[in-house]
Amino acid sequence: MMGTLERFTLAGPPAAVPGSTARGLAPKLKISRLNFFYGAYQALHDVELAIAANRITALIGPSGCGKSTFLRVLNRMYETVRGARVSGEVLLDGEDALAMDVNQLRRRVGMVFQKPNPFPKSIFDNVAYGLRVNGTRANVRLNDAVEHSLQRAALWDEVKDQLHKSAYALSGGQQQRLCIARALAVDPEVLLLDEPSSALDPIATAKIEELLFHLKDNCTIVIVTHNMQQAARIADDTGFFLMGKLIEFDKTEKIFKTPSKKETEDYITGRFG
Amino acid sequence: MTQHHWRKLVNGLMFSLTAACALAAVCVLFWILGFLVWNGGKALNLDFFTQLPKPPGELGGGMANAIVGSAQIVLIAAVIGIPIGFLGGIYLAEFGTGAFPFFVRYTADLLNGVPSIVMGIFAYAIVVRPLHRFSALAGGVALSVILIPTTIRTTEQFLRAVPQMLREGALALGASKWKSIATIVVPAATRGVATGMILGIARIAGESAPLLFTSFGNQYWSTSLANPTASLPVMIFTYAISPYADWHRQAWAAGLVLLAVMLLLNIGARVVLAPGASHRT
Repeated sequence: MMGTLERFTLAGPPAAVPGSTARGLAPKLKISRLNFFYGAYQALHDVELAIAANRITALIGPSGCGKSTFLRVLNRMYETVRGARVSGEVLLDGEDALAMDVNQLRRRVGMVFQKPNPFPKSIFDNVAYGLRVNGTRANVRLNDAVEHSLQRAALWDEVKDQLHKSAYALSGGQQQRLCIARALAVDPEVLLLDEPSSALDPIATAKIEELLFHLKDNCTIVIVTHNMQQAARIADDTGFFLMGKLIEFDKTEKIFKTPSKKETEDYITGRFG
Repeated sequence: MTQHHWRKLVNGLMFSLTAACALAAVCVLFWILGFLVWNGGKALNLDFFTQLPKPPGELGGGMANAIVGSAQIVLIAAVIGIPIGFLGGIYLAEFGTGAFPFFVRYTADLLNGVPSIVMGIFAYAIVVRPLHRFSALAGGVALSVILIPTTIRTTEQFLRAVPQMLREGALALGASKWKSIATIVVPAATRGVATGMILGIARIAGESAPLLFTSFGNQYWSTSLANPTASLPVMIFTYAISPYADWHRQAWAAGLVLLAVMLLLNIGARVVLAPGASHRT
């Protein structure tokens, strides 16, 4: 119910949430003083960031800079790692994401992983999985949701005649779009993508980028990418991480054309990383 | 002799030695198999499966009661051992970090190495003594104690082999931990887990020592699970050490039947494990 309301925040007046972005809109996600530890190792240092609704936000930076860790804080996927500890604040529409029921949070904040990870089930059962674990049993609703999600993920036309075939029979690019469809089926407000096309060829990558572009009408997208061209192509905003710190966050154009920090400039001009 | 020749000679020697040892191992196996099939095959007939044992001295008869008894005892062991082993294995694989799981794992490995007759003594102490009688139940308990550690460890291993990214995929969709285990992790490991269970059952089906003083034996049909019950392995033991030629003949037949059951279970396990046997291709 929260989700459908949020769809209209762009058109409506800005809500009075502290820490609004420069554009005057309430941020979908607001992260403050975020510190993250794996045991004694500190992976994130005092990250402050407001992610706007219905935009694509890219997180770039060299390997090990903490961008994936940061992404995994947003849906609390880090909790599967023993010894992981977080301090600070993450607000999802003003609600404390670190304190809310974790399964509830993950239904609202979906995730797509680096390597396609379809379940060893049929295409249909993959997409329906999230709905089923959330209690949807009615076949009509499942059928509708599966078709709608596959269409949103630009996969419907390729698989509509083989919904009951194993998901493992699909190509890598199709599998990744299936994983996106699977995430979309529960109608998340935010979609996190962790280098979703790093294991794919350029054509499959282009398809995914195009569909992300369409998705942002209904969804806030945060994507971690190694590929700076990809960030430049698809992202509205870009954040640059280095050694666990968010060095710079701004509109993508600004980051790539006139970055204000020297580290950012060094990275995007290829002087390191 | 040049170094080259020397090297070729050593190579040839070592090759012959390892091949000879491999051959010896296979020979022993086929010797046993041949013996069983030859002697057992001669003794096996329909009566063996349908008749009760005859008193010593009388020719003929069979081991119908022992076949059914073995099935009963193994079934009891499976009913006790499989759920405990399976759920324990899930615990170790999915929640198994820290001191207690380490302790459980260590204990399971230790139990795996304990001679099976010790399990018999254990079941004697906790079931036979309090009930004051030998029974199929006591035999089943003894065998279940052998089955539990193997099932725990094989279940754990096959669950651990399920890629972490499948678990994450389920959790990321808002599935609770137990739901992700029940709907993704366990189904993905079903073939391996089932194979482990079948092999575990095949192993206990051939145990005789734990049954000697738990289910004991019976020359007649056992009317209840609380009565002494015949089983094939114990029958083999009893008949083989008897002085009667006709009993020796039947012991061979029982050995062959037991071997055939093992073989069927093993082949069954392989079929289960074969690629294409489930959804995963």
